[in-house]
Amino acid sequence: MIDDQWIGELYRQESRRVLSTLIRLLSDFTLGEEAMQEAFASAVRQWPVEGVPDNPTAWLIRAGHRKGIDQIRRKQTAHKYSHLLVPLDAAVEEADKQDIEDDQLRLLFTCCHPALPLSARVALTLREMCGLTSEQVASALFLKPATLAQRIVRAKKKIRDARIPYEVPEAGDLPERLPGVLRVIYLVFNEGYSCSEGDRVVDVSLSAEAIRLAEGLANLMPEGEVFGLLALMLLHHSRRYAREDEAGELITLEDQDRDRWDDAMIQVGLQWLEAALARTPAGPYTLQASIAAVHAQAASAEATDWARIVRLYDALYRQQPSPVIALNRAVAVAMSNGPREGLQLLEALVNQRDFVNYYLYHAARADLHRRAGNLADARQAYQRALALVTQGPQRRFLERRLKSLNENA
Amino acid sequence: MKYVALVYYQESIINAMSEQEWHDLNQECVAGVEKLTERGNFLTGLPLESVETATTVRVRDDDVLVTDGPFAETKEQLAGFYLLEARDLNEALQLASRIPPARFGSIEVRPARELPPKS
Repeated sequence: MIDDQWIGELYRQESRRVLSTLIRLLSDFTLGEEAMQEAFASAVRQWPVEGVPDNPTAWLIRAGHRKGIDQIRRKQTAHKYSHLLVPLDAAVEEADKQDIEDDQLRLLFTCCHPALPLSARVALTLREMCGLTSEQVASALFLKPATLAQRIVRAKKKIRDARIPYEVPEAGDLPERLPGVLRVIYLVFNEGYSCSEGDRVVDVSLSAEAIRLAEGLANLMPEGEVFGLLALMLLHHSRRYAREDEAGELITLEDQDRDRWDDAMIQVGLQWLEAALARTPAGPYTLQASIAAVHAQAASAEATDWARIVRLYDALYRQQPSPVIALNRAVAVAMSNGPREGLQLLEALVNQRDFVNYYLYHAARADLHRRAGNLADARQAYQRALALVTQGPQRRFLERRLKSLNENA
Repeated sequence: MKYVALVYYQESIINAMSEQEWHDLNQECVAGVEKLTERGNFLTGLPLESVETATTVRVRDDDVLVTDGPFAETKEQLAGFYLLEARDLNEALQLASRIPPARFGSIEVRPARELPPKS
């Protein structure tokens, strides 16, 4: 029963837990990783002969810890690290369930520490928390492996040299620190959906990793916004098979075949949303999830409760008065009260500097002009949007719209 | 662990202050240092005179080059420094965020490096 597949499964399930505890015990990221790898190598050698221990996780932690300490002694840098080392036996006795769970949070909060550059936070989280290899992370983020490796080395050096602590923030600091972690998870999710300048729209793996991260976090840290983010991602991800056609071309929400939405995932998302809404006040992720839930529960674009979506955008805008939210709100108003009213709101936004070079603003204007029958204005706005768009599928979508406009004229 | 907190701000903001505002800011800093000292976090620190008083020295090929002004002309100028004792970066950042000019300038936090023992 101990075959490669079994070991592979164990690695997938346990390696992050073992790693996060070893980083704490050895006070070093690189040492922790090496020790974790060696512990699994020992398990592959010993378990088929000696049998699987009662508590494989504790065994792996103990073995890794011992390897790590040997490694320190071998490198004769013991004097540098010795004060950091927790005595061998005490450490593993202590490694009960709660500690191991806390270690997972410690690792996540360290990977997402605000003193690290955002790009490094994403890379570290994917590598250390999700267990992706450097090659996988590099290709998922469209980076050269060398660039990615350098980013990770620098981040680890800063963690060590500036002494970024391996700890979960205290309750009082959580409101300040948790949004940063959620931001990284959402960034990972969105990176999976659209890679700028890339030609693929959906890379299922990164989005699934982000959902897995949020699920883990939701179990360890039952905060409303954690639930809200998880609900938001599940509800978006439920549309993954409907948002592009066989040729990989983009299909808008309005035109998607709703039978292809993943109903089981929608139900799970709605449950998390309910849990999030039980913890008032609703934060920005919970509000966005509420908007996604209105779509998820509507039979068609026409049958959507657009008035409710407008109200949710109002609430969201009060918390985050960003131009992008104002833009989405204007589109919802158009769907609710007709394109002319939406266009008036969009025209009022035109003086915002952020919008001049924002293709979605011009794409939204183009679409509302098209719906209102202002074909010349629509054409002009599509051309403006096309001049700014960088992603292949989005570009081709706008081109198709512009073409059909010309054909119908 | 020792951290240096370098205080930067645009001196134009200070120059535009009334005498009362400048007095209040200084008193706030004095009180802040007192509190840090009580808690054992303040090792040393000094405010600096205006950047106009700065002189930069370089030695190139044994020639001593002295130039008027700071090392680099930047929008914000170095205004002072604190040497802090903190458990880790989180504590150091927390302490730095309470330095009054953090409100209108910026505080760069850097871990202090220990020189190797004399060989």
